Amino acid sequence: MTDYSKYEIVVGLEVHAQLQTNSKLFCGDSIAFGAEPNTHVSPITLGHPGTLPKMNRKAIEYAIKMGLACHCEIERYNYFARKNYFYPDLPKGYQVSQHTTPVCKGGYVTIDTPEGGRNIRLNRIHMEEDAGKSIHDADPENTCVDYNRAGTALIEIVTEPDITSAEEAFAYVSEIRKLVRYLEICDGNMEEGSLRCDANISVRLKGESRLGTKVEVKNLNSIRNVKRAIEFEAKRLMDLLDKGEPVIQQTRSFDANNGTTFATREKEDADDYRYFPEPDLAPFHLQDEFIERLKQGLPVLHKERIKNYSSQYQLSAYDAGVLTEEKALADFFEKIIEHTKNYKAAANWMLGPVKSWLNENNKEIGGFPLQPEKIAAVIKLTDEGKLSFSVASTKLFSSLLNQPSKEPLQIAEEENLVQQSDVSSIEPLIDAVLEKLADKVTAYKKGKKGLISLFVGEVMKQSKGKADPKVTNELLLKKLKS
Amino acid sequence: MFDYSSIEQYHAQLQEGKVTCLQVVEYYLGKIRSTTHLNAFIEVYADEAIAKARQLDEQRAAGKPSGRLHGVITGLKDVIAYKDHQLSASSGILKGFSSIYSATVVERLLAEEAIIIGNLNCDEFAMGSTNENSVYGKVLNAADETKVPGGSSGGSAVAVQAGLCMVSLGSDTGGSVRQPADFCGIVGLKPTYGRISRYGLIAYASSFDQVGIFGNNIPDVALVLEVIAGADEFDSTVSHKKMEAYTAPPATGKKFRFAYFEEALNHPSLDPEISTAIKALAEKLTGEGHEVKPVQFDLLDYIVPAYYVLTTAEASSNLSRFDGVKFGHRTANKEAELTQFYELTRSEGFGKEVKRRIMLGTFVLSAGYYDAYFTRAQKVRQLLCDKTKAVFNNYDFIIMPTSPTTAFSFGEKMDDPIAMYLADIYTVMANLVGVPAISLPLFKHSNGMPFGLQVMADRFRELSLLQVSAQLMDADKS
Repeated sequence: MTDYSKYEIVVGLEVHAQLQTNSKLFCGDSIAFGAEPNTHVSPITLGHPGTLPKMNRKAIEYAIKMGLACHCEIERYNYFARKNYFYPDLPKGYQVSQHTTPVCKGGYVTIDTPEGGRNIRLNRIHMEEDAGKSIHDADPENTCVDYNRAGTALIEIVTEPDITSAEEAFAYVSEIRKLVRYLEICDGNMEEGSLRCDANISVRLKGESRLGTKVEVKNLNSIRNVKRAIEFEAKRLMDLLDKGEPVIQQTRSFDANNGTTFATREKEDADDYRYFPEPDLAPFHLQDEFIERLKQGLPVLHKERIKNYSSQYQLSAYDAGVLTEEKALADFFEKIIEHTKNYKAAANWMLGPVKSWLNENNKEIGGFPLQPEKIAAVIKLTDEGKLSFSVASTKLFSSLLNQPSKEPLQIAEEENLVQQSDVSSIEPLIDAVLEKLADKVTAYKKGKKGLISLFVGEVMKQSKGKADPKVTNELLLKKLKS
Repeated sequence: MFDYSSIEQYHAQLQEGKVTCLQVVEYYLGKIRSTTHLNAFIEVYADEAIAKARQLDEQRAAGKPSGRLHGVITGLKDVIAYKDHQLSASSGILKGFSSIYSATVVERLLAEEAIIIGNLNCDEFAMGSTNENSVYGKVLNAADETKVPGGSSGGSAVAVQAGLCMVSLGSDTGGSVRQPADFCGIVGLKPTYGRISRYGLIAYASSFDQVGIFGNNIPDVALVLEVIAGADEFDSTVSHKKMEAYTAPPATGKKFRFAYFEEALNHPSLDPEISTAIKALAEKLTGEGHEVKPVQFDLLDYIVPAYYVLTTAEASSNLSRFDGVKFGHRTANKEAELTQFYELTRSEGFGKEVKRRIMLGTFVLSAGYYDAYFTRAQKVRQLLCDKTKAVFNNYDFIIMPTSPTTAFSFGEKMDDPIAMYLADIYTVMANLVGVPAISLPLFKHSNGMPFGLQVMADRFRELSLLQVSAQLMDADKS
């Protein structure tokens, strides 16, 4: 048996994020997922003779935003290179990439670990175009190629070999996913391939300073599978080392069905991609003002929001964490508290009724029918004692969802949900109840103090549930004393 | 019978009702039919041209305004995309391929009512100096049918030379417009790199390629340039620099500063008669009050090697898309594995010269050779740019021969590619440094063949280049 504690894992990750630009990196074709094959294919996408790439400025902006969020240095003078190789899903026979001159250099991403935050250093972030998709099972005789995806803008985020465990890799990819979604540059959907991850894994004896021979694992289509693949592969490599067998540098693929990896390609002969500067795209200079403008436009990211929510709004770390899971959710919460100072109530509404509704209806917050102002208005009603939280979160909330444009107070009044808390309307009811239950009053006065709940309940019954229980209680105590 | 001298004169004839577009189209179709042995045209769009001519005649009769190239009979080199028309770069790998879009230059020609009469033969993928590398066979020089027309735009040159169209477009990567213009005795202009959109021009070497114009005279060439040049959202390498009015009447009697390279005029490969003619012209210009001075230029021998390293590197990548997967020729072998599929398709589809250049380019970009070839050639290119810039700080134009010899005989250099490449010595410089250059049909050799003078100007100085060209052509006539 291998003594795994002797070894340590070194992982570097390459994450490809498909940019949510309206069109492809070098032409106007749509990038929508799931279209009929070969419907988003202009002559440029297909690499027809004479076509030239046309730079998508949005893609540059998105790449820089990611770089700024990851504390990278932004390269001012940019150009693309061609990576030459033949494959049917690569229409031009080369991929246009910033492989040799990335737009973002260095930087880091902070991940959460049980020991606290840890910075994973980045090597770079660069832009490149995606390839099409080869489909091997559509036709028994032939491989079919769908070029819809070809030319879609990607950024590749490459770490230094800083990751030391499968858990850290999990935390890193989760953090990248959150970042791209907060920046609204990628939908982060790993199943649809908008976020893809390759892992470079090596192991070595603890204390060894040289890196071991690395293996590249591809096809990691969920964050959980990144973790599973690293766990499996690291173990496999340690077993090899323990048996004194050599580690072969190769590309492997992860099989999610059984959690194992298998070799797809030996990498002893390094490919020669014959990179050279792409002559069809003019180099471009980025102006300082342009970068500054993007910096100013960056949203407040989740890490900072969590900090603010605990310090400014006194929310628990848990509440803050859940609220900032998605930017849109956090934005909605922040919209509510523009209209109320009851932060805790706002958080409770978000994490309670709102989230349950989203879950039940399988919707994102974007599909939630109520404006944040309406939730703030309901909070105001409960704060003022007009409604109890339970009436508000059940009866009023569901009525409001059906008539989202109406004012909560109006609905509460129309549906007779407003609590009576003014003494003048409750007092007559109390007097009537005390008169009706005169014998119980005598018993109370003799010491059966528990009867108070009976009186309260009876008043509530008479008021058809609208009397404010707190006010009723106080009034009763006062009356019974006299 | 129709007699063509210039677009301006043709338009005057149309306006005066002396001739119609239809008559003119039929005249040209007749001439094309009677010269098919020259093999200049690949396809002639006869029916379309007739229909278009009728439409233009009706339009004129109705008093509607005419486009600037109204009824101008124009030919396109077979590397320029024209929607729903065959586009093959004279290569077997694209034989039968029809373009699904039009090049920007074609859109602009059509918008000004040019009549595109057909597509023109050329060297395969614009690689060659004789038009012998075409899947459609060689093109004959109409001045002497035993001679090559030059290349790669041989068909475009001969079409204008033999009066088969009024103007034609070619492409010039290392002289492919100027050299055939020189061999055929017509005007051939290669504008500044970035002056004309390359969108829709099949790439040979992207950082060198430029659409060029053939014509009988300077005003025709200037007018076509004015129509097709200028910024294009589909080509990021096109300049946004404001265009000058190229058709502006030349300032007469202006004195210019000409530079020439002594090394170029005394080069061992240069035909002494060409050298003498240009030296004599230099003296004549001096006599007329222009400044004509020799400039030291010690990089001449590096030009051709740098050019072939860089262009073949780009070509090896540009031609990767012709792989049989999406369009064009595909091997008939259904059993082939992927790698074999590529090998067979490309071996069957490409001709010898194209294969040679793909292999050269792949070699110079390969790990281990990259720095020795590609990087060094890039350095030479930079040096050339600096040197040229310095020359243009003190001179308006550089003059030199277009080609070291007059048109070769068929087959003369086909077995010696190096000798063939070295004949590009005077033309590739303009492409390496991106400046405009023109070949002017000023001379006739004692062997009976025409040859030209090449004039180069600084980047984006097309207007002064065309103006001095007009002066030189007029002086030659008088």
